[in-house]
Amino acid sequence: MPDALLEVRALDASYGDFQALFDVSLRIEPGAITAVIGANGAGKSTLLKCIAGAMPARREAIVFDGTPIGGEPAHRVLARGIALVPEGRRLFPSLTVEENLLIGGQSGRPGPWNLARVYALFPRLAERAHVLAPALSGGEQQMAAIGRALMSNPRLLLCDEISLGLAPIVVRDIYAHLPALVAEGLSLVLVEQDIVQALKAARQVYCLQKGRVALAGEASTLTREKISAAYFGV
Amino acid sequence: MEWVNTILQGVLLGGLYAMFAAGLALIFGIMQLVNIAHGDLIVLAAYVALLVTEALGLNPLLSLVIVVPFMAALGYGLQRGLLNRTLGNDLLPPLLVTFGLSVIIQNGLLELFTADSRKLQAGAIEVASLQLGGGLAVGILPLIQFLVAVAVIAGLQWLFYHTALGRAFRATSDDQAVAQLVGLDNRHIFALAMALSLAVVAIAGVFLAVRANFDPAIGPARLIFGFEAVIMGGLGSMWGTLAGGIILGVAQTVGAKLDPGWNLLAGHLAFLTVLALRPGGLFPKMQQR
Repeated sequence: MPDALLEVRALDASYGDFQALFDVSLRIEPGAITAVIGANGAGKSTLLKCIAGAMPARREAIVFDGTPIGGEPAHRVLARGIALVPEGRRLFPSLTVEENLLIGGQSGRPGPWNLARVYALFPRLAERAHVLAPALSGGEQQMAAIGRALMSNPRLLLCDEISLGLAPIVVRDIYAHLPALVAEGLSLVLVEQDIVQALKAARQVYCLQKGRVALAGEASTLTREKISAAYFGV
Repeated sequence: MEWVNTILQGVLLGGLYAMFAAGLALIFGIMQLVNIAHGDLIVLAAYVALLVTEALGLNPLLSLVIVVPFMAALGYGLQRGLLNRTLGNDLLPPLLVTFGLSVIIQNGLLELFTADSRKLQAGAIEVASLQLGGGLAVGILPLIQFLVAVAVIAGLQWLFYHTALGRAFRATSDDQAVAQLVGLDNRHIFALAMALSLAVVAIAGVFLAVRANFDPAIGPARLIFGFEAVIMGGLGSMWGTLAGGIILGVAQTVGAKLDPGWNLLAGHLAFLTVLALRPGGLFPKMQQR
């Protein structure tokens, strides 16, 4: 097994009295797509928030490239090279598309991504560069949210429900761009409820159920029955 | 002609109110912090300018070179050391803390400088005026004050829409959680906003102190003027605060012209009228650009 880019070790997370994650451990391999699937409320978004520094975590519970980073503030995690595409896109509504992208690059990690490359990846965004973000279609907004994260030149990109609320054809289009990103050495974590897309794209799959890892394995080796059992807990 | 003159003086006074308002609007827009101590900070800036002019023998307008950086540094420190700790989902803690700060500043100034009225002396420029013909004249100092106010508003507007810092301010204002996820350190951004706010406060404080007498107790009334100008202008554009300031200034001078006792009342009535007709202000948020 190659060295993991990111390791989550026995992570617990709570919202007040409600515990959302119990003893979650997983490994994200470099240069690959890892899918984290699970039903609504399984703890997928919480997991990403902990990794990205938007929720508190034990220092040793999250190890990025050999360094424990749990509990670091989000801007410092981003500077280390972990970017999150948040659920529901969350573009800045009073900024234009281009300004949304520029702000993603403002933290200044050196790397290959800049405006021109994001526009080359998503030509639709170049056409709509100067409109305010809310004027975009859902698919365009998702592209802009991914572009905004790429602008920070991450090594690991965390995508929270990028298919949510989008037409299937738009979802296919966005997923079609992912292999090219991975080919450049970027590592991806896809959190999805839409497991068909995620399983097709991913090498490694983790299934969360009620805050625990219910199933882990290579996407190619998992049967539909095993996944259903882990997903629904039946 | 007398009325034109009155309105003109009101417009020039509005520049000062716009500067009171700009600092308030800035921090409310970015971090939803209502700074009750804003007026007292204006007065504090006036006293700092008094110390600087007395110690160095500078003209008050030149003392800005020292007072502006001093107040900006104070703002950065105040935000990082105190006010950032009060921010959260609840509007009340920052309100209470800045209220406390207001009391502390007023009493601190009273202790140090007594309740005597003070004024900054700017020399011959104070009485110089420009004849516009037809019996109209404007004072050079009010004119400078107005032009500085326009420059400050234009500068803030430019900073907001054409610089990386302004982009960060707008993004943080839109969505604090996501701003952190894209790499912005909110605590630093907020502190920069407060520094900028108090830099404007410093300019406003010096002009206030040159224009009229001041004492430690006049802060709260300046806060009210600032608030009224912000609300009349709306939070969508810095130019709104200028418009709000001018409306307030004109209403007050026209009121005073009708009857010297109506000065403040007329300002408040204008405020209530705008609030009733356009609750979002003249430049409401989100319709801008």
